[in-house]
Amino acid sequence: MEFDNFDHHAPIEGTTIFDGEQAMKGYALNKMCYSFNAASSREEYLTDPEAYYEKFGLNEQQKQACRDKVVLDLIAAGGNIYYLAKFAGIFKLDVQDVGAQQTGMTKEQFKQKLVDAGK
Amino acid sequence: MAQIIGGITSSHIPAVGNAVHDKKFDDPYWKPFFDGYPPIQKWLEDHKPDVAINIYNDHGLGFFLDQMPTFAIGAAHEYKNEDEGWGMPKLDPFPGDPKMSWHIIESMVEDHFDITSCQELAVDHGFVVPMQLFWPGAPHNPDMPRTIPISANTVQHPIPTLRRALDFGRALRKAILSYPEDIKVVVMGTGGLSHQLDGERAGFINKEFDQYCMEKIVSDPDALTKISRRELVEKAGAQGTEFLMWMMMRGTLGDKVKAVHTNYHIPISNTGAGTMLLEPVA
Repeated sequence: MEFDNFDHHAPIEGTTIFDGEQAMKGYALNKMCYSFNAASSREEYLTDPEAYYEKFGLNEQQKQACRDKVVLDLIAAGGNIYYLAKFAGIFKLDVQDVGAQQTGMTKEQFKQKLVDAGK
Repeated sequence: MAQIIGGITSSHIPAVGNAVHDKKFDDPYWKPFFDGYPPIQKWLEDHKPDVAINIYNDHGLGFFLDQMPTFAIGAAHEYKNEDEGWGMPKLDPFPGDPKMSWHIIESMVEDHFDITSCQELAVDHGFVVPMQLFWPGAPHNPDMPRTIPISANTVQHPIPTLRRALDFGRALRKAILSYPEDIKVVVMGTGGLSHQLDGERAGFINKEFDQYCMEKIVSDPDALTKISRRELVEKAGAQGTEFLMWMMMRGTLGDKVKAVHTNYHIPISNTGAGTMLLEPVA
């Protein structure tokens, strides 16, 4: 394998590097998602999602992405996938559901893509 | 003096925790993955290490973005897993070895690694799943070693370089070998291999790159340090950066190692899953 010709400035297709810029943008959203580690917080969120967004100071872009449950929008709003996984978990979505949604596939198609990667 | 008897690696996918709980060892989906573990379980039964240093990456349970340590070392009497939002059944605590933890912390800082010490640390699937895979019934396996968790940041860039991870392992080797008690230590590197959960490239797995990493980590880990972090994201996927843990483990084993057991299977969940047992060669 050759590593010398790698272009260190070219964007990586379909990938958002979660760096300081994203961390600043997504802080409130990620903090809310981190709170979902606790069952009591998940219940509080489900009782009144809008009040919960306010409690953590989400901006309108972040609120709308949460309402729509669109993972690519949540990432664009600064979400980090490790924390977003906790948000997805509230709706019983696993990493294959999340992968299928982001790639525009059915869950079965997405799982097949993973199997095909081993061939 | 303490001796390092081996290094073991495993992926640490959350779904594995549930599959262990549901005993899906012979399920056709899971079997090729679980079959990689009995030889290492047997080796651990035969060698009975006193301490397992578990190098993993926290996924947003022990640490949040408010304070994100690049390298954190547990120094607690015991370690508990907690609710991760969707996670695994809660287990009894894993026993720690705080005296050895503080020896390691002292030695690492002396060697210019400015680590974060943790007298409390909630451990997530990254720590727990490999314990369950290598010591069935953990933490109640009769041979359960005391444990010291070490977590490296892969949640937020800048993450450590592969060079730094390997050097960390080499300094950790020095720390372990200078511990005055006659104990046997095994070092675990958990996480990876290639996978990506986020973005339009979700589901990316790179078999060729994983196999290259599994070969070079045995024969020439320094060659892997030529890979930049950005390149690692491109070749291993955004979460494939967890390979850093394997590099940290590798550094503890000295220059020459022998691969005693290797298994690789695609896919488990969204991941190329790798398992290895390495023994140092004097």
